[in-house]
Amino acid sequence: MSAAAREATGSAPRTRRVGRLEPAALAGVMSRDVAIFGRYWKATTFSSIVQPTIYLLAFGLGFGTLVKQIGHIKTVQYIGTGTVATAVLFSSAFPGMFNTFIRWQFQRTYDAMLAAPVDVEELITAEVLWISLRAGVYGMAPLLVALAFGLQPEWGMLLVPFIGFVTGFGFAAFGVTIAAVAKTIDNFNYITSAVLTPMFLVAGTFFPVSALPEGVRQVAQVNPLYHCVQLVRDASLGGLGTADLGHAAVLIAFALLMWRLAISQLGRRLID
Amino acid sequence: MEEHTSETADARVRAHARGSAISIHGVVKRFGEITAVNGLDLEVPAGVCFGLLGPNGAGKSTTMRMLTAQTLADEGRISVLGYELPRESKQSRLEMGVVPQLDNLDVELTCRQILTVFSRLYRVPRAERPAAVKRALELANLLPRADTIVKELSGGMRRRLLVARGLIHGPRLVLLDEPTVGLDPQVRQELWTLIDGLRASGVTVLMSTHYIEEAERLADTVAVMSSGRIIAQGTPADLVRAHAGEQVLEVYGPPERLAEVGALAAEKGWSSRRSGPAVAIMRAETLNGQAPEGVRRPANLEDAFVALTGEEIE
Repeated sequence: MSAAAREATGSAPRTRRVGRLEPAALAGVMSRDVAIFGRYWKATTFSSIVQPTIYLLAFGLGFGTLVKQIGHIKTVQYIGTGTVATAVLFSSAFPGMFNTFIRWQFQRTYDAMLAAPVDVEELITAEVLWISLRAGVYGMAPLLVALAFGLQPEWGMLLVPFIGFVTGFGFAAFGVTIAAVAKTIDNFNYITSAVLTPMFLVAGTFFPVSALPEGVRQVAQVNPLYHCVQLVRDASLGGLGTADLGHAAVLIAFALLMWRLAISQLGRRLID
Repeated sequence: MEEHTSETADARVRAHARGSAISIHGVVKRFGEITAVNGLDLEVPAGVCFGLLGPNGAGKSTTMRMLTAQTLADEGRISVLGYELPRESKQSRLEMGVVPQLDNLDVELTCRQILTVFSRLYRVPRAERPAAVKRALELANLLPRADTIVKELSGGMRRRLLVARGLIHGPRLVLLDEPTVGLDPQVRQELWTLIDGLRASGVTVLMSTHYIEEAERLADTVAVMSSGRIIAQGTPADLVRAHAGEQVLEVYGPPERLAEVGALAAEKGWSSRRSGPAVAIMRAETLNGQAPEGVRRPANLEDAFVALTGEEIE
């Protein structure tokens, strides 16, 4: 407002700073997620337990009779820790893509929330935060199943939900970014088949990256899921070392980068 | 909380000093080639029910979205409740309620859950939330349906829930975007009662509508919007007098007769329009005996609206 206009309207200069990332706004947005989750938690919990059980049974009974060890790690340990990463990936990237697209385009939930005192940054942060908290918790499921299959408990396993949370944060925000740039919901098929599937296979989840050709091995290095797998495996099998600081740094950097990207990309589409 | 309250009071004082709840100056909004809002000036005084009347595509919804900073103006200045937009829009959104044109309720949640979520978004203190939710449910006549999921509500109930959601925090300004579009007459009547109640309680209401009757019944002041700007403004009675006169003469007859009357009106320079099976001639009181045979009736807002916008009523 120009000084003249201010004088004409008799209003004082404004100095108030409007808060960014207010906890009350984040909690409000997440309370909606919690209410929705209250309707679906049984199905979610069921699939998060059954899926790793099937993986472990299939790999353990099929593959495991042929291969007792992968590298120097027992098959059940290898697969059990590997499926933590895939559980985290799928429970964060998919909700990031589908929930965002549906709530934004079909249900217009985001329009409703942005008419309330919530800004784009808060909305997206809260959504990503909720998905990653859930991914952190449900990422534990494969480990619990593997314990039943004979995996030895380790104190380091207590770090797994945090690893799942940080990884999930990055992939949830990645999903939001994809939803923001996708023209239709069918476009997600491209991402699922061309990005997510190779990503979860070339990460040392079910077989070691070292078995792969040199070029592919290089690619694995920039795959955040590879770093998640390594970190989960080292934490769960009692092998944490300095290399794990590097893995953690990659995951945190990936999460921060994707978070800002999700806000800028979806923000551009939500506010016109 | 203390600080927040005094800041609110401060904003109130400023808005009051200006006498405007909403103030829009020279606002332009383009979407690619299309200019949706084209030099809009609008002052909505505090405490009135203000109707933004215009045909579809006049720029009403774009204007409404700009007031919540969900659409950003390319040019011009907007202030809401004394806050400058878009910079301070979060503050203004805290103190106003919005009822959107399109139903954006969470279909899987119950009325109570939706209202509770929004009570948090609107920063209603924890201890007051259950009472606020109950009050909103009562207002919308949905108390018996509090724990029904939205999917199972009728269209009218959903619309009332949308209104309740926008009122959960006791806002002093409410934006209603086409509040009764697509509703059957009985439900429309219910909503009108609700909106009238808001005005009576001192809440400023800005309502966009393309229903003439809605504007005529509810609005203290009506601004007619066409092609992205305000082309006339006043009380419904003033608008009628200024743009359609006192009386309208309706001449009935077969199509040839109507064509004849239309040509006569054009020749004499009378403002006229086709109105169903008749030709309606405005300002019939000024025709001085030159008028063709017909039925005289008092002019209404529809006449003024058509005279202003050149649009036919659906």
